[in-house]
Amino acid sequence: MTDHAHSGPLQHHFDDLHQQYEAANMGMWAFIAQEIMFFGGLFGGYTVYRYKYLSAFVEGSNSLPIELGALNTAVLIASSFTMAMAVRCAQQGLAQALLRWLLGTMALGLIFLGVKVVEYSHKYHHGLIPGSAFDYHGQADPGQMKIFYSFYFAMTGMHALHMIIGVGLMIWLIPKIRRGTFTSEYFSPIENFGLYWHFVDIVWIFLFPLLYLIGREPWISL
Amino acid sequence: MDQSVTPHEHHIMPVKAYLAVVSCLFVFTAITVLAAFIDLGWINTPLALTIAIFKATVVVLFFMHVRYNSPLMWVVSGSGFFFLLILLSLTMQDYVSRGWEASPPVAG
Repeated sequence: MTDHAHSGPLQHHFDDLHQQYEAANMGMWAFIAQEIMFFGGLFGGYTVYRYKYLSAFVEGSNSLPIELGALNTAVLIASSFTMAMAVRCAQQGLAQALLRWLLGTMALGLIFLGVKVVEYSHKYHHGLIPGSAFDYHGQADPGQMKIFYSFYFAMTGMHALHMIIGVGLMIWLIPKIRRGTFTSEYFSPIENFGLYWHFVDIVWIFLFPLLYLIGREPWISL
Repeated sequence: MDQSVTPHEHHIMPVKAYLAVVSCLFVFTAITVLAAFIDLGWINTPLALTIAIFKATVVVLFFMHVRYNSPLMWVVSGSGFFFLLILLSLTMQDYVSRGWEASPPVAG
């Protein structure tokens, strides 16, 4: 998305801004379809191994801090709301409000990553990083538990990497917003970044129940 | 707020609609956490996954504006989820139908 200072946001190979907008939207969804398949491999692997080593995976889920997982779910949902508001401001050409909502989104994204750092360092200090120093003391077979934690780190780590890239993209967008690049007629980069951010939220919406919730030891039996 | 969409206008959702969407997502997050602490037998896992699918659908339809996109975009945005379904269902139908094979031992 290069800026053409003299020709405006319309690229020469499109008839009009609407056609350009539709093409960018479709391209972004094609990218998201690829992202679904990428994360799908991890989700598929997790499903197979959870089926194979159910008791270890259930014990693994019980060892994860549900309150931090729930907190991060709430933080990400709130960040999806601020992102939707940012896109809404972009649609109306309100650059200042767009900037504020985007900064709010970035702050929530950083809170999410901060909570993840707390969780990861806790795992590190308890010897739960899969590898030669893996040191699990529980009912389940340590080898099977190593597979659970491998999936935990691969899935949440890949998700966190997407969050970090998202924050980086926001840092890239901010000077463009300041320069007045986006108007009510041209805001595809904001809209498409929003699609990316919401997709990352959706991944977490599935990671949270799969890793933290299912198979949890209930407190109340009916 | 004008809800009509002409081909060259972008649909702008009212703030109230976004607030309703985000409240709905918070409520269902609370429900799924609470449900995890209640013993519902075999229902626990399908319930948690159903709530996750519902929350994801709400995000896709409203936050990602798919509800207001053209039919062509419905197909494009649905295709990724469709192929994910194929990946998961064909993989699992293979694994669950091979119950006679022992799980491979894992090195501790």
